[in-house]
Amino acid sequence: MGAFLVRRVLFGLLVLWIISVVVFVMFFVAPHDPARLLAGRQATASEILAIRHNLGLDRPILEQYGSWVWKLVHGDLGFSYRGSVPVRDLLGSRIPVTASLAFGAAVIWLVIGVGAGVLAAIKPRTIADRLVTFFALFFYSMPTFLLGLFFLFFFFFKLYTAGFHLFPGSGYVNLKDDPLGWADHLILPWFALALVTAAVYSRLTRGTMLDVLGEDYIRTARSKGISEGRVIVRHALRSALTPVVTQFGIDLGALLGGAIVTENVFGLPGLGQLAVQSISDQNLPVIIGIVIVASLFIVVANMCVDLLYAVLDPRVRLT
Amino acid sequence: MSVSSIDPAQSALSAPEPSTFGEEGEAAKEIQGRSPWQLAWARLRQDKVAIGSAVVILLITLVAIGAPLIAHLVGHGPGDTYPFIGEDSYGLPIGPNRTFLLGADDLGRDVLVRVVYGARVSLIAGVVASALAVLAGGIVGMLAGYFGTAVDTALSRFMDVILSFPLLLFAIALVSLVGPSLTVSIAVIAFFSWAVVGRIVRGQTLSLREKEFVEAARSLGASDLRIIFVDILPNLVAPLIVYATLLIPASIVFEATLSFLGLGVVPPTPTWGNMLSDSLPYYKVAWWFMLFPGGALLITTLAFNLLGDSVRDALDPRYARLFKA
Repeated sequence: MGAFLVRRVLFGLLVLWIISVVVFVMFFVAPHDPARLLAGRQATASEILAIRHNLGLDRPILEQYGSWVWKLVHGDLGFSYRGSVPVRDLLGSRIPVTASLAFGAAVIWLVIGVGAGVLAAIKPRTIADRLVTFFALFFYSMPTFLLGLFFLFFFFFKLYTAGFHLFPGSGYVNLKDDPLGWADHLILPWFALALVTAAVYSRLTRGTMLDVLGEDYIRTARSKGISEGRVIVRHALRSALTPVVTQFGIDLGALLGGAIVTENVFGLPGLGQLAVQSISDQNLPVIIGIVIVASLFIVVANMCVDLLYAVLDPRVRLT
Repeated sequence: MSVSSIDPAQSALSAPEPSTFGEEGEAAKEIQGRSPWQLAWARLRQDKVAIGSAVVILLITLVAIGAPLIAHLVGHGPGDTYPFIGEDSYGLPIGPNRTFLLGADDLGRDVLVRVVYGARVSLIAGVVASALAVLAGGIVGMLAGYFGTAVDTALSRFMDVILSFPLLLFAIALVSLVGPSLTVSIAVIAFFSWAVVGRIVRGQTLSLREKEFVEAARSLGASDLRIIFVDILPNLVAPLIVYATLLIPASIVFEATLSFLGLGVVPPTPTWGNMLSDSLPYYKVAWWFMLFPGGALLITTLAFNLLGDSVRDALDPRYARLFKA
């Protein structure tokens, strides 16, 4: 287990290092002049020169990279062009929104996906199985933002005009200030984000559950007279869950991508909304900050998923 | 946007037996050898879902090709604005009527014509990006799987790194630097999709490499390149076709997402994604503006996913085992 842990952490660090190089090359090296980009369209030549000197762009590239990483490690992400706010503070105020959205959606997608998959697997080729298959394909083909738009139209606008003020159409409330309002504001975004991915999980769970249910040890468990519910939950589901955990690690990136889209549909002031806004403003320090923070999150979360996987399945530790 | 493992229960359920079994009487008269491809084709032809979705895809393709003709017949170009007849006195879009069959958008443009032109972008992005991803993933996967050792380690780690990137964010970062366009969208989609294919191809090549026919080829003095492309590749064509058909809808969704966020094809060129983005402020007053591009997008991805699953079902008969369990 120790060796596995070390190897996994080393790989995580390698990914982080590669991401830092890619981001640095993308934004600070070729083929454009970052000083010109940073200075804006109407900058004079002397302004650009001053910016170049301030950023240290006239120094050797390796030296620039070194000092950039040094600042990153110390949490210094520079300043936003809008109001010269430190990027770190700006991101800090947005992270709770994105975290609330992503975490809630992940819980819903796992519960619905795994639940529907198990249901379909214990009753293969029945109406329930066909319904799960149909909805899985339907939601899998649905782009997240389209589902969000449909939700807005039906569950906010149509309900609202019909006199039911159940869900707000946009905005965010802090969890600390008003927990119920927080959940109420997030329930449509949660489902919009979760259902698309839940479809994948229901098919994955169904497939592995069917395989596992055909195994000898399940027959043994049944012949011992254990109740069917216990056989499914304690014996079958546990081993059927390992591929689900792997897939979950892979999908964390997609979760973050989906969160960006969902925030823009539902007007949630999270990282995704900030990212899209920063692009139209050409607010480069903010974009860089978001990419770095998101990468860090994904690498760390992936590491946790792999460790969880190693706990669930002892064979992994050996490879 | 990974390729999922959704399987076509419907198709497998509605066509439980491959056609070869149904034609036993005929086969008894004259026993006829059939290649796996012929068998797969026969299975596919029996599959109503596959036929239906193929027809839908064909129609969408025809509409995309014939977009200028449709625009000519309707009399509105995709970028033509009609502020007086396309908008009411408040400047809001006009609903479906005789002039604007599917209504008008926020600038008084014909939604029908724009949806039809949007199909072009979606299909091009979907097909080209998937083809590139399958090509790159196939080559890298085969090289990693065939040569093994250090080559495999390096290429596999590279694929792992790409798979652990937050791809939409990197797409955003890249687009913010080089500026949005269809080419950039396609490149971004292909770049982040090929690693999934590569991983699977690598796994398959790894087991094919140990097969007797590869050993036989090697003992006859065949070069590595020849073994890879003449002996191993034909065995990978079936999974590659399945992956290509399943990557197309995923790429279409990806392109639409980029366009929706304003990072894809630049307006005024109509895409389903940027139409939906334009419709967002108007969803309360102009349902047609949101429904028609959204519906077109959903029907297209659904048709490709259904077809992809049927193709997988037809090419990989092992799959039926799941349903007979």
